[in-house]
Amino acid sequence: MEILTWTYLLVGISFAIYIGIAIWSRAGSTKEFYVAGGGVSPLANGMATAADWMSAASFISMAGIIAFAGYDGSVYLMGWTGGYVLLALLLAPYLRKFGKFTVPDFVGDRYYSKTAKIVAVICALFISFTYVAGQMRGVGIVFSRYLEVPIEWGVVIGMCIVFFYAVLGGMKGITYTQVAQYCVLIFAYMVPAIFISMQLTGNPIPQLGLGGEVSDGTYLLDKLDGVLADLGFAEYTSGRKGMMDMFMITLALMVGTAGLPHVIVRFFTVPKVKDARLSAGYALVFIAILYTTAPAIAAFGIYNAINSTSEKKVSDLPAWISTWQKTDLIKVDDKNGDGIVQYLPDQEKNELSIDRDIMVLASPEIAELPNWVVGLVAAGAMAAALSTAAGLLLVISTSVSRDLFKTFKPEISEKKELRIARIAAAGAVILAGYFGVNPPGFVAQVVAFAFGLAAASFFPVIIMGIFSDRINKEGAIAGMLTGLVFTLAYIIYFKFISPELNTAENWWFGVSPEGIGSIGMILNFLVCILVSSFTPAPPQEVQEMVQDIRIPRGAGQASDH
Amino acid sequence: MPSEPKINTKGYWRKNLQTLFILLFIWFLVSFGFGVLWVEELNQIRLGGFKLGFWFAQQGSIYVFVLLIFVYVYRMNKLDKEFDVHED
Repeated sequence: MEILTWTYLLVGISFAIYIGIAIWSRAGSTKEFYVAGGGVSPLANGMATAADWMSAASFISMAGIIAFAGYDGSVYLMGWTGGYVLLALLLAPYLRKFGKFTVPDFVGDRYYSKTAKIVAVICALFISFTYVAGQMRGVGIVFSRYLEVPIEWGVVIGMCIVFFYAVLGGMKGITYTQVAQYCVLIFAYMVPAIFISMQLTGNPIPQLGLGGEVSDGTYLLDKLDGVLADLGFAEYTSGRKGMMDMFMITLALMVGTAGLPHVIVRFFTVPKVKDARLSAGYALVFIAILYTTAPAIAAFGIYNAINSTSEKKVSDLPAWISTWQKTDLIKVDDKNGDGIVQYLPDQEKNELSIDRDIMVLASPEIAELPNWVVGLVAAGAMAAALSTAAGLLLVISTSVSRDLFKTFKPEISEKKELRIARIAAAGAVILAGYFGVNPPGFVAQVVAFAFGLAAASFFPVIIMGIFSDRINKEGAIAGMLTGLVFTLAYIIYFKFISPELNTAENWWFGVSPEGIGSIGMILNFLVCILVSSFTPAPPQEVQEMVQDIRIPRGAGQASDH
Repeated sequence: MPSEPKINTKGYWRKNLQTLFILLFIWFLVSFGFGVLWVEELNQIRLGGFKLGFWFAQQGSIYVFVLLIFVYVYRMNKLDKEFDVHED
C-alpha cells in the first residue's frame, strides 16, 4: 500500500479508538470532570501524565534540536525529566492530601486570600494558553505534512477531535484517552529507533547503540566528533553554551516542569497519597523511555544525514533526500557548481540545510522501513499533540469555571458548574484553534518561556506553603508578583524590545532569557521570606492545615466543599 | 485528624526531611554536578563508547532520577507504617 493510504488508515483507527474511549468514559459530575472522580490507578495515571507531558515538540522536534546542539541539548533531557523528582518528593503527595482540584485552590486556601488565588489563576491561564496555542499549531503541521491537507484544515480537524473528547469526557475522558495515546506514541517512536540502531551499530537497544560501534569499528560518538570537527563544526559531545547558562536553563526547566498546572493537576486524580508518589514514579519511567531514546535518534540522525550527503555527488543522493526536498525540510543548493554537496559551518559556502524536524519525521525512510511505519509515526505525532492539547484545555476550563466563576459565585449548583466548565472548554478550543491557524509571531518563542514563568511564579509559593507554616499571604503575593514581573521583564526586554542586545555579553551573570526563570524563582523565595517575617503569622487554622497535609492519613477522596 | 495525641508528627516530619535531603543531594549531584559542573573532568573517563560526563548529561542522570523516585516511594511507605500515619 501507498504511504498516504497507510497514514489515513492508522491515523483513522487511532482516532476511532480515542473517540470510543471518550464516549465510554464521559464525565457525569464536576468531580469526574475535574479529577476523573479521584479513582485513577497509579499506573494508568502515570501513563496519562506521560502522554499529557510529551507534546508534539517532544515527539517531533526534540531529537532534532539535540542533533544540532549536541551536548548542549542535554538541558532539555535533564530539565524535562529532573522536574519529576521535585514533583514526586516536594509537591505531589502533599497536594494530593490537600485534596482539592486545582493549584489556585491550594494557593487560595493556604494563603487565605482571594487576591493570591486570582494572581495564581492569571498565572495558570497565561501559562496554559501560550502552551496550547503551540500545540494546536503542531496538530496542524502534522496533519498537513502527513495527510497532505492545508494547515488550516489540519487545525480544524484537530479542534473537532479535542473538542469532542475534552468537552464531553472532562478529566475522566482525557485520562483514559491519554493512556491509549501514550501506547500509540511510544510504539511509533521506538520502532524506527530500534531499526536504525540495529543498522548502524548492530545493537537493537537505542540507548546502548548510542555508545556502540559503527561498521568501521570506531565508537559512533567518537566518529561523529571527528566528522563534525573535520567539517569545522564544534564536537558533538562538547559544550558550546557557558556553564552558568547550562546550569540555569536546566534549573528553570526542572522547576518549571514541577510548577506547570496541567502536570500538577494529574496528581489530584489518584485515590491516595501513596498513589500520588508512586504515580509520579511511573510517569517518569514512561517519559524516560522516550527521553533516553531521543539522544540516540539525534546522534544516529545527524550521523546518517552527514554521511549520506557530505562530499557526495548531487546526482547520487539517497531517495529520502529528494522526497523531503519537496517539503523544503532539506535543501541542497550546489552553490559552487562542482556537483558535490559541501556541508559547512560557513553560511556563504554551506550547500546543505536540514530542518531539525527531519530527524524523527524522515527516520522510517532513512532506515528503509516499510510504508506502514511512516503512517505509524504520523499517528504517534498526532497522539502526542492531541494529548497535550487536551490536558491544557482542561486546566483552562477548570480555571474559568471553578477558580474564577465559583470564587465569585459560590452558590451555583453542580450541574450549572459542569455546564460552565464545558462551555469554557469549548471556548478555549476555539480560541486555541484560532491561534493555531493565525499564529501570532510570538507564540513559538513564548512557549519556551512558559517554563521560566511557572518556575518563577508557582513553584516557590507552593513549596513554602507546604514546608513552612510561617509564610503568610503578604509574602506569597509579593513573592509571586516579584518572580513573575522580573522574569517577564527580562524576557520581554531581550526578546522583544532590544533583540539585538540578546547576546551573552549583555546578559546578567551570563544567564540567557531561557534560564532567567531560575533567578526569578530565587527572588520569589527571598521576597516571600523577607516580607513574611515583617508581617503577622498566618491564622491558627491555616497553620493546622499545613500540619495536616504533611501526614498521609485521612486523604480520602479529592473533596469538593 | 491532626490532633490525635499518640501520633509523633514531629518525628515523622524530621525523618521525611532527612530522606528528602539525601535524595535531593543525589539528584543535584548526578545532573547539575556530573552533567554540568564537572562534565569536562568526567569526560576524561570513558564508559564504553561514551565519555562519562556526556553519558550522565544525556542518559545516566535520567536513570538515576527514576531510581530516586522509587527509593522515595519505598522509604516513605515504610516511614508511614513506622509512625502509624499510613492510609487505610
